[in-house]
Parts: sequence; structure tokens; C-alpha cells
Amino acid sequence: MLSFVSRRLATGVGLIATLAVLTFFFLQFGVSDVAQRIAGQQAGPDAVAVVEERIGVDRPVQVQFADWAGSALTGDLGRSWFSGQEVTEAVMSRMAVTVSLAVGSVVLTALLGITLGALAATRRGWSDRGVQFLAVLGQAIPGFLMAMALVLVFAINLDWFPATGYTRPSESVPGWLLSITLPVVALTIGSIGGVAQQVRGSMIDAFERDYVRTLRSRGLPRRSVVLQHVLRNAAGPALTVLGLQFVILLGGAVIVETLFSIPGLGPLALTSTSQGDIPVVMGIVIVTGVVVVLVNTLVDVVQAWVNPKVRLS
Amino acid sequence: MHEPLLTVDALEVEYPGRGFRALPFRAVKGVSFDIRPGETVGLVGESGSGKTTIGRALLGLAPVSAGTLTFRGEDISHPTKQRRRELTRDIQVVYQDPYSSLNPSLTIGDSLTEPMIVRKISTKEAGARVRELLDMVALPADAADRYPREFSGGQRQRVAIARALALDPTLIVCDEPVSALDLSTQARVLELFLEIQERTGVAYLFISHDLAVVREMSHRVAVLHHGEIVEWGDGDTVTSAPEHPYTQRLLLASPVPDPAAQEQRRADRLRLKEIQAQQDLQAGAA
Amino acid sequence: MTTTRSSATRAGARKGRPGLLRRLLRHPLGGVSMVVLAVVVLVGALGPFIAPFDPTETSLQTIFAEPGGDHLLGGDSAGRDILSRLLVATAFSLAGGLLVMAIAVAVGVSAGLVAGYYGGVIDATGAWFTALTMSLPSIIVLIAARSVMGPSMWWTMAIFGLFISPVYYRVVYTSVRAVRNELYVDAARTSGLGDVRIIGRHVLLAVRAPVILLMAGVIAAGIGMQAGFDFLGLGDPTTPTWGQMLNEGFYNINRSSNLVLWPALALGITTVALTLLGTALRDELEGTTDKRHSAAQPWVLEEDVPAVMDHGDEPAGEALLTVRDLAVAYPAGTGYATVVKGGRLSVRRGETHGLIGESGSGKTQTAFSILGLLPKGGKVMAGSIVFDGEELVGRTDAQLNALRGSRIAYVPQEPMSNLDPSFTVGHQLTEPLVKVLGMKKAEARERALSLLARVGIPEPQRAFDSYPHQLSGGMAQRVLIAGAVASHPDLLIADEPTTALDVTVQAEVLDLLRDIQEELGMAVLIVTHNFGVVADICDRVTVMQKGVMVETGATRAVFESPRHEYTRALFAAIPQGAPRAPLPGVSSAGSLGAGALR
Repeated sequence: MLSFVSRRLATGVGLIATLAVLTFFFLQFGVSDVAQRIAGQQAGPDAVAVVEERIGVDRPVQVQFADWAGSALTGDLGRSWFSGQEVTEAVMSRMAVTVSLAVGSVVLTALLGITLGALAATRRGWSDRGVQFLAVLGQAIPGFLMAMALVLVFAINLDWFPATGYTRPSESVPGWLLSITLPVVALTIGSIGGVAQQVRGSMIDAFERDYVRTLRSRGLPRRSVVLQHVLRNAAGPALTVLGLQFVILLGGAVIVETLFSIPGLGPLALTSTSQGDIPVVMGIVIVTGVVVVLVNTLVDVVQAWVNPKVRLS
Repeated sequence: MHEPLLTVDALEVEYPGRGFRALPFRAVKGVSFDIRPGETVGLVGESGSGKTTIGRALLGLAPVSAGTLTFRGEDISHPTKQRRRELTRDIQVVYQDPYSSLNPSLTIGDSLTEPMIVRKISTKEAGARVRELLDMVALPADAADRYPREFSGGQRQRVAIARALALDPTLIVCDEPVSALDLSTQARVLELFLEIQERTGVAYLFISHDLAVVREMSHRVAVLHHGEIVEWGDGDTVTSAPEHPYTQRLLLASPVPDPAAQEQRRADRLRLKEIQAQQDLQAGAA
Repeated sequence: MTTTRSSATRAGARKGRPGLLRRLLRHPLGGVSMVVLAVVVLVGALGPFIAPFDPTETSLQTIFAEPGGDHLLGGDSAGRDILSRLLVATAFSLAGGLLVMAIAVAVGVSAGLVAGYYGGVIDATGAWFTALTMSLPSIIVLIAARSVMGPSMWWTMAIFGLFISPVYYRVVYTSVRAVRNELYVDAARTSGLGDVRIIGRHVLLAVRAPVILLMAGVIAAGIGMQAGFDFLGLGDPTTPTWGQMLNEGFYNINRSSNLVLWPALALGITTVALTLLGTALRDELEGTTDKRHSAAQPWVLEEDVPAVMDHGDEPAGEALLTVRDLAVAYPAGTGYATVVKGGRLSVRRGETHGLIGESGSGKTQTAFSILGLLPKGGKVMAGSIVFDGEELVGRTDAQLNALRGSRIAYVPQEPMSNLDPSFTVGHQLTEPLVKVLGMKKAEARERALSLLARVGIPEPQRAFDSYPHQLSGGMAQRVLIAGAVASHPDLLIADEPTTALDVTVQAEVLDLLRDIQEELGMAVLIVTHNFGVVADICDRVTVMQKGVMVETGATRAVFESPRHEYTRALFAAIPQGAPRAPLPGVSSAGSLGAGALR
């Protein structure tokens, strides 16, 4: 089991390294005039050269990368070219907000999706149609459109929730809850359907398995077979989908944050890329990659715990 | 004395191990036998005995790691891609599963013309050949325009036989060709195999787990156990009075459809089990 | 060559697109969404030409103009004509979605085909690239790419297409892998077809459906992503898109709700229609339409069922199980398919009774009916099943549950699939003992271990702690027998208990069943297609043909003098003919090489 986890993590480290190299060299194509922009449009060549030297873009690309990678390994992702802020600190504090949105939605999605999916698989009928409807809705309506609709109805028309802005939990917990309700709901609506459909499908699949008949032939009531055996065997595929949903929700959060003016990764990503602030962009990419790799490893571990074939091989 | 059509000499098949540093898996460990023109050689064994792998090695679908396959005097253990394709004219196959051996989205006619595509045979000729083949395996001529799903298992197996015959091969590998069929269908398909052999003089490598079927079909029989031939000889002797302890166990384990005879066979089997267990014990003590 | 090829294409055409299109139009969701999409496409195609104004032309007079007059839908915050912008934006949005789809298909399908067919390095690279794209939300990548490429819609969409190409890659890869292992691909290879021909003939055919199926969803995702991207203000301001219009409308919502309404409707309707089309495509291509027939016609047994040919050698005394005139049917089309049609069968205490027949004879369905565990849709329509004086037909599931596992037990055919892969053997053995027979955990464990020893498992404790996949088929079947006899049932129903096993293992399992049967004095009903098995273990036998029990009697009597013509035909089909004489000139075992025997 330990070797399983370390193998997964090693793969993850490899992925992040690839990601870092690709992104860094790719971003080089967009920074030809960045020093000019930092120095201002009126700045002369000398002033620009000073800026170039300060941010280090006068050196060869591979040297820049080696420098960046060296300090990144110690946890230092450099400083923003524009604001001079520490990238690690800026990205981490904003990542916390974004991840809390994504985690909130994943938890909500898991609870509702699994319940609805299980209901649809066992009861069929209206719950089945409900799941189908939600799945189509989630798939079809882009998240930001959903969020917009929610804002228009619940914030602007009904005035139940703040339309924009973010209250830190340290300031006021109820205020925080109010401020993240609409974003989380907007994100969740899009993903419940997919998860519910997956759970429904794999449960129906598990129902048809031979061992269910055999367990029933031993006199076990249907209910206990469903709760123990069918759900357990349907858990694997459902987990995989939840893992995928997390990445999708993370992406969705970027857009939704901008819409609700929440100080997460989204707004930071927007400003830093439009400026060409490479250290910040790199920081966002790497930290997001790390979060996703960690979540995927967690999913794999839980998966292995559920499925003895993986665990024992 | 006929020259052998095919000689298998010390054949070994090794699959690379799955995963990092895994040991390779030896499915066939030094197997030798031969097939004469027009002869049926039966390969009998249980699951994991390597019988199917030998057939696949002949067809170039399993890697030959050692030994030689000689077909009409030519070494075909490691032919070039080009030569392998030419060989398919001579060596054909009928698989066990009549459901997955035909592409469900192609008509029977399309499946039957498949071998002719490569040979650049004209549509007209191919059509005539398809009708001829269908007739040979006793299927109606309109079967060519229909899809596999419209046919029963036995009928599909007839199509598979017709496909194997399309290029007039000299050897057909029959890999458990009747195992998936019902008893009455099985009998008719076996009859068809015999009839075709009489008519065309094709040789069969007949692979099966069923001693009774192999006995009825084969001139000579080889018994496989864990990738090795444990007994090889003329069909009647091997299937009725075997010498090797494993073949004896195999023979006595197959139930006969006669209550009285089966009671006898069961008693014989239990006695043999006793004896072999005692021999093992003595061998262990010595 | 070309000519034989054309016959294949003709075959493809015969069951390909036109049929699918017609089926889609008939599909309730498919029809509506196709019409909606046709309108959207038409608007997109004509939009740039019929737009009354230049969509980028600003005018101070028409800032937030009310709908009506020259500006049918009014003007936006810069006084641009909303209708014109909407029409032109439709074209851009559709084009963007199509570009995403084209790139995803081109990259994903070709990489999936090659990687799936050849494996190796390309396979590893594909897996790596897939993992890479999954480790980052696509919007982050697109934002990063924008800082390099600038705000070009085409570049953004192309990168997005590349980024979601793994969706296609994985689907194509899996279907190619599956097809590769199909025997018909092996058969094509042994027919002399090269790789290119095999891919063209067999592999492409198999991936066609999933590729078409995903198209609608990928286009919708592309359009949605583009709108989201532009909504963030990252798009090219010179190309009007739905996303830009939404952005503008949303931030001016206090001035006019008109601005949001139209692009939101256009975007919503298009993506919903695409998604519904995808659902309809799935229904039609995969045949997943919920075919829960409510049979219109009532069930009737059409044919006269002849009386069973009874050898009349049944011993005196009351039977433990009597099945009489049983009819089992499944809904099919507007009526029913009747799979068991009648006959009679009775089993006494301590008797081993064989139920023999070919596939489709209804023997397994009869067994499931006795257990009350017919597969979904199956129903006992008529007849009676009397077990120890009690009628079982018409009982509720709860009532039957009281019999199952305590008085009636079941051994299945396929040992591996009948054990839950996620639980240990021990758990699966003790669970019914605790929940059904009410034992204490320690007691149940004790009992399970002794049962495992009883069925001849060498190391009971190890088997107890094992997961099913760690056992051999023969061992798994012994575990299932142990589980079945745990409650000392009166009747054991064994459905082809040795069919999946090798002959030497089969003989041992039959020995085990015989021993346990004698020890517990239970009745056994063995369902089988093998006369050898019946001859070996059964006291009495009943022959089934096409749902009807045609002959019943003591095994010896039926084997010696079969009365029904079907039974006689079956006996005649058993291979027991003379062995073939060796070919002239081939001395027996003459060629036995030195290496063949050790």
C-alpha cells in the first residue's frame, strides 16, 4: 500500500515537472516587451534595461528556468514582476479560497449526487427522470450562465444573498456562508447530474451481477445486499468521476470567482496573464497542478481501499 | 510414407511478464509433433495446458521463442511479414466462439470475401466463390446478404468454416470449434468437418478439451499438460488405453453418458487416485 | 480488389447514416433538438449577410436604445445594434465550437487509433498527455495561453480542442483495444489482411459510433468554454460573441436587462439542444432507449403442451418439490416471450435429480423460478411450485426470503462472478450466517472455517481471509458449495455447477456434491447440459426441450430406453463413435521426438 502511494506520488511529481518545463518555455513567447510595460510606455531604453536586469529576463531562458526551478524546490516561487509581492504567499492565500469553493461543491455534489443516483437506481420512476434532467442541465448550461441566473434571481431580484463580494470566515462566519452560498450552488448544480448518472449506472450494473443473485439465494434481504454489496461495488467508478469533477470545479471556480468578485485564483490569473507576469502565472499553474495531483492520489488511495484487486497487486 | 505437412520441433512460446521485472511466462515448453497431409491431429488438454497457444503460434499470433515450425519443408517460425500473409492461403483457422469471430457489422458475404480482398479476386469471382462456400457448409445462398446476428451459433460456426475454406488451405487450425455449441449442433458440425476433409483432403489441427470429441475426430492425438506433451500416439490408443498417469486421470475424469459404465469409471478413477497418491507418497519418502 | 471493397462500403451505407438520421428525427428529443440546431446553423450561416448593421459600429444615439424601430432588439452600452451582434456572434460561436470538435477529433481519434492498435511508445505518450491535461483545469491553460497568443478566438479554441482531445483519445483507445482482442480481427489477420486494411475494415467501424456520439457534447463544451472565456473579458473585442454580449449585459444589468436576455437565450438553447442531441444519439447508437415494455396484450400460452413422458418409476411417498405446468415469460415487443411452458418435475428428499436440456430449453429459468430469483422482467405466469407442502407461486419476496438460504440453497455456474470481488471469502460466508441464521460472529466464523475444511479446501484460514480473485475456479466453486450447504438445506439447486470447470476438477466437485448430499440427506436438483454429469450423479432425470419438460424417469431407465424422440436425438448426438484409423503409412507415435516426453 505504501509503495502504491509513493508510486502515485512519483508519477505526480513527474507530471508537475513536465508541466513546469512546458509552461515556462511556452510563456517565453509572450514576454518580449514585458520590461517596457513594467517600466512604462514613456521609459527609455536605459530604464527598460534596468528593469530587465532586475527581473532577470536579460539572461538566457534555460538559466532563468534553472534559477526559477531551484528556488521553487525550496518553496519560493519568486516575486511578481509588477507588484513585487511574494508569489508563494499570493497564490497560496488565493488558492485557499478557490479550493474551499471547489471542495464545498465536491462535498455537496457527492452527497446529493450519490443519494440521487442511488435513489434513481433502486426506485426508478420520478427520481430517475430527475437525475436525467439534472444531468442534461449540468452538461448543457455553462457554469457561468447558471451563476449569472442565480445572481439575477436570488441576489438582485430577491436580495437574499450578496450579489458580489467575499466575507472572510475570520470576519463573520454567517457572512462568509452567505457570500459563498451562491457560488457553491452555481458550481454544484452543474456537477450533480453527472455524478448521479454515474452512480445510477454503476449501481444498475452491479444489480445485474451474478453475485447479487447468489447473495440473495442465501436469504439476505434485498436492502442489505444493496447497502453493502451493490453500493460498495459502485463506489469505485463514482469516486473516479468525483475526482474528475474536482478538476472541472476548480476551473469553474476561476470563472465564478470573477463573476462574484471573490478574491480567489481566478481574478489573479486574469490580471497576471494580461500583464504577462510570468512568476505569478507559473505559480498559479504549479500550485494548481500540485493540488490536482494530491487530490488524484487521494482518490487513487480511497479507490484502492475500496477495491481489493488494486490494493493487493 | 507421406512427407509431413507440418513439423513442430521443440516449440517454445514465451510471453513477456506483465509489469516491471516480472518473469516471462512460458506457455509452451518444448513441444514436438507433426501433421501429415489430410490428417487430423488432436491436441487435448485442460485450461492452461498451452493447447490454444500452439495453434496461435502456427498462425503467427503467438511469439515463438525457441524451436522450429516447418511447413512443407520451409521454416515458418519467424517468417517475414510478407511471407506470413502469403502463408494465410495455406494455413487457416476456425475459432471456438462463433459470436466474436464474425464482425457483427459486416454481412456474412463481406466476412467471406475478406480473404479474397488481399488476393485481388474480382467481385464476380468472389461472389461465385461465396455461393460455392455457402453451399459447401450447407447454408442457403441468401445468407451472404444477412448479418451474423440473424444466425444461430451452429450456423455462425458454419460461416467460420466457410471463411477458413475460402482460399483452399491445406491445414486448418480448429481451436475448440464445437465447445460453444449445443450437443445436437455439435454433432452436425463435427460431421461437416469430416465431410470437408474427405472432399478436400485438408489437414486439421484439432484442439479440444473434450477427449470424446478428439477421439472421434483425430487420427493421432497429443495430450498436453502444463505446456508439455505428456502422451502422443495414435488416436485410439491414447484415448482408450493411455499410458501416462495424467492422461489416465483425464480419461477417467470425463464422465461417460451411461450410468453403469460411469459407476465403473468412477470406481476406477478413485482407485487410480489412491494408487497415484501412494506412489507420490513413496516417491516423497524415498 | 476495388470491387470487393465496394461491397463492404455498400454494406456500411446500408446500415449507416441515412438510417441513423431518420431514427434521430423520430426520437422525441432528437427531432426537436435537430430542428432547433438547424435553425441555429442557418442563422449562423446567414447571420453575417443579413445583419442590418455593422456589429461593431458604435453610435451615441442608440446607447441602451429600446427595442423597436430600426434596432429591432435595441442597442447596447456602446450603441451597437444588438440584433446584428447576435446574428454575427452566432456564426462565431458555432465556428468556434466546430473548430474545437474538429481538432479534438483529428488529434484524439488518430492518436487513439494508433496507440490502441500498436501500443508501445505512442500508447505511453498518449497516457502521459492525458494525465497532463487532467492535472490542470483547461481555463487556467487557456488563460496562460492567452498571455502568449493574445486574445485570438481561433487560437483559444484550437488549444481548447487539443486540450480536450483526450476525451476522444480515451474512447477510441478503449474501443480499439476491445476490437483488437476480438477474434474477428485475428481472423482477418489470418485471412492475410494488413494492418491498414484491418483498421479500415474492422477498427474504424467499431469507433464510428462513439466518435459520432461525442461530437454534440464536444461542440457544446467548446461553445460554452468560448462564452465563458469571453465573459471574463479575455476574448478578442473585434469579434462579437455571445460571451462578450453577456459580459456587457451582466455589468450593465441595472441599465437594461435586454442585453443579457438574448445572448443568454441563444447560448442556453444551443447548448441544451446539442446536449439533447447527444442523448438522442446515445439512445439510437447504443440502443439504450429504455425499453421497459408494458406488454399491451395479456399473456396467453399459444401452444398445447403435451404431457410429459413419465417412466412411472417414481418411488412412493410425498415429494419434497413438485413443479407442475410452470410457465415463465418475459415482456417482449407488445407481448411476451414464454421461456418455460410446462411439464412436471418432482424431487424427493435425499434424491439427486438432473434437469437436462440444451441452451434455451428453460432449465435455468425453471431453477430461478423455484428460488424466486428470476432475472429482471421475468415472471411466473402460471403453474405451481410446491415445496414441502407449501405453494411457492404467488408468495411475496419476503416470504420466499425466509426459505432461501435456510431450506432452499443455490450453487451457481460461474464460480468467479458469483463471489463479490470487494469482500473476503470469510465475510461472504459469515454474513448470511449472522444475518439470516442469527449466529454470533465468532460462532459464524468457526462454522465457516469448518465448512471450508469440509469442502476440501487445504488451508481454510487462508481461504477465509482471501479475496475471490486470489482463488482458482475450482476453489471458488468449493467456497460457493460451502456457502450453500451452510444452513443444512432440504433442497440444493445447482445450476450447471461444473460447466465452467476443467474435467479433472469437475470430477472432484461432483464427488464433493455426492458426499455432502449423502451426509446431509438433502435433495439436489442439478441443472446441466451434460449427460455424463447426469449419469455420474443423478438418481432421476427430467429432459427439457424449448421450455417444455418432455421426459422424466429414473436415470438408468431414461438412458436405457429413452421414450421421447428428442431425448433419443440427444443421445444419438453424443460423440461416442469409433476412433479414426491412422492414415495409411503413418506409424503410430512413430514421430515421437526425444523432446516431446520427459
